[in-house]
Amino acid sequence: MSTQETPLVELRDISIAFGGIKAVDHVTIDLYPGEVVGLLGHNGAGKSTLIKCLSGAYQMDSGAIYINGNKAEIRNPRDARRYNIETIYQTLALADNLDAASNLFLGRELVTPLGFVDDAQMEAETRKIMGRLNPNFRKFKEPVKALSGGQRQSVAIARAVYFNAKILIMDEPTAALGPHETQMVAELIQELKAQGLGIFLIEHDIHNVMKLCDRASVMKNGQLVGTVNVNEVTDEDILGMIILGKKPDGSVL
Amino acid sequence: MNKSAPQEAAPKRSLLQSLEVDTRLLGMIGAFVVICLVFNVFTDGRFLTARNIFNLSIQTVSVAIMATGMVFVIVTRHIDLSVGAVLAMCSAVMGVMQVQLLPQVFGLGHPLIMPITVIGGLLTGGLIGAFNGWLIGYQRIPAFIVTLGGLLIWRNVGWYLTDGQTLGPLDPTFRLVGGVDGTVGAMVSWVLGVIFSIAAVFVLWRARQAKIQHEFPVKPMWAEGVLMGTAVVAIMGFIGILNSYEIPVGRLKRQFQQAGEVMPEGYVDYYGLPISVLLLIVIAVAMTLLAQRTRLGRYIFAAGGNPDAAELSGINTRMLTVKIFTLMGILCAISAMVAQARLANHTNDIGTLDELRVIAAAVIGGTALAGGIGTIYGAVLGAIIMQSLQSGMAMVGVDAPFQNIVVGGVLVLAVWIDIQYRKRTGEKV
Repeated sequence: MSTQETPLVELRDISIAFGGIKAVDHVTIDLYPGEVVGLLGHNGAGKSTLIKCLSGAYQMDSGAIYINGNKAEIRNPRDARRYNIETIYQTLALADNLDAASNLFLGRELVTPLGFVDDAQMEAETRKIMGRLNPNFRKFKEPVKALSGGQRQSVAIARAVYFNAKILIMDEPTAALGPHETQMVAELIQELKAQGLGIFLIEHDIHNVMKLCDRASVMKNGQLVGTVNVNEVTDEDILGMIILGKKPDGSVL
Repeated sequence: MNKSAPQEAAPKRSLLQSLEVDTRLLGMIGAFVVICLVFNVFTDGRFLTARNIFNLSIQTVSVAIMATGMVFVIVTRHIDLSVGAVLAMCSAVMGVMQVQLLPQVFGLGHPLIMPITVIGGLLTGGLIGAFNGWLIGYQRIPAFIVTLGGLLIWRNVGWYLTDGQTLGPLDPTFRLVGGVDGTVGAMVSWVLGVIFSIAAVFVLWRARQAKIQHEFPVKPMWAEGVLMGTAVVAIMGFIGILNSYEIPVGRLKRQFQQAGEVMPEGYVDYYGLPISVLLLIVIAVAMTLLAQRTRLGRYIFAAGGNPDAAELSGINTRMLTVKIFTLMGILCAISAMVAQARLANHTNDIGTLDELRVIAAAVIGGTALAGGIGTIYGAVLGAIIMQSLQSGMAMVGVDAPFQNIVVGGVLVLAVWIDIQYRKRTGEKV
């Protein structure tokens, strides 16, 4: 990895505690343009919490976030969006009672010159991007609760991709998907990577990690076990890090 | 112009599907029609007279105005139990201003009394609403508790302000928003009816054009025509009924006497559209626009459907709560104007139990307490249905306890039907 250039994102010495429990304990990780960094660990290891500090859902207790080498102030999701950080949450964060277009543009609605929301324009844009991401998608009029898991996922992904994200956070994007849709997400990740986006990928499936990620950072009990280049280690090495918190010899960056 | 729009396979569609009308709305209109017909039979035709429809309209306005705001409150999973008390408080402030304070400054009947009073009332309602919203949104006190407290507080603050006295008579200009004293007359009503009809047709036509422009499927032209025709007939029919309600001769004579003239023999005049009903129409249209066509409306429904998703999408849901309750407070103030102007007095018990009527109207109108679902027109229709039931039973001579028993039963029944309907259409309840 070209460690000479400035990292796209650097999370430096991040800590956050909830009622005395250190959910994230002095963790430092970084991400370069065109790179996919996997975040691994048991449930409760602190992956999602760490990433929510970057997406603005949580405020860290201490530490600093640098975007392109500059210190970034991220206090809420609006701030994160300003830095072109988009997040696909595990829960998808969709308003079930609204249709796909309303969800895609939620918080960033297209408006007519009079200031009213332009539903027709938004639906047209939604049709365009869905045509690219998931050509089988038809249910543009229904509220998203009428959609299948995979269709809902594609709405969430479309929302993250549509607004020219530079930094993408994906929290288990394939957890609810069948094999075909998982493959589509994998192809999308490759495509976005080629466009120069940096992607944090939270993933439980070791095979997906080995296939999709350039580097993998492993967390355990809120602390960073280590970060490895994926092509320099084996499945077993990573599993050892996750389960035992054991760093493989020689390959830790 | 009428190029056939692209259609994704056109299986045989039923009449209702072609019209693309909300079946729940149809159900409510159906229920309303049944109520009207039944009461009409039991009152020997007195229920569906121009006079009664006129009275029904002006009695509904106060609750209906607040119900439009209650839709937003309930859609965001809150509740407001204090609307009746806030109405009383606003009414007390406006009563004190126009009966005690302002006449001392300007003299009785001065034209400035009305606007200053209205501003005072709106400020009172808005501030109380904003304070409620702040307690709920920023201090995280449940809306149920905040407004339950408000229910006890505000009516009695109003009581304290007025020393419990009935205030009246109200300023004559002010009384215009109340109903009988303020109607626009037959001619203006017809003109307004034509304007509303054109507006309704225009809105439907524009929606169709927007769809065609983006090459979305549209319903067949005949269906569009039926909808437009129905809208026009409904509007003009309503205006026609109000315009056929004659002003009583005695009242006309008094009016001529006041003007220093003598009433010509055989002179008749009609009430036409009450200003209060006009106010309700304007508010309902504005609130519908707000709900469906603005970002604020979109955020209200998003926050109701999934508060976390709204927050993560960058919506400031706390501020949103403040805005919603401020709006609710302002609508309470407007309702207070209409209510006290109709009664021509401020009384301590004005708006008593209105919170329950308003919530019932919104819920009967299809607003789901689980949040995320509700329409303005539904709430207005709900208020009309409630009022029809109540005054219909009073006309028939049903005993007071039975009236409340029936209204309570109808509320529960309406929600049950709504749940069954949603199950049937596959919506999650």
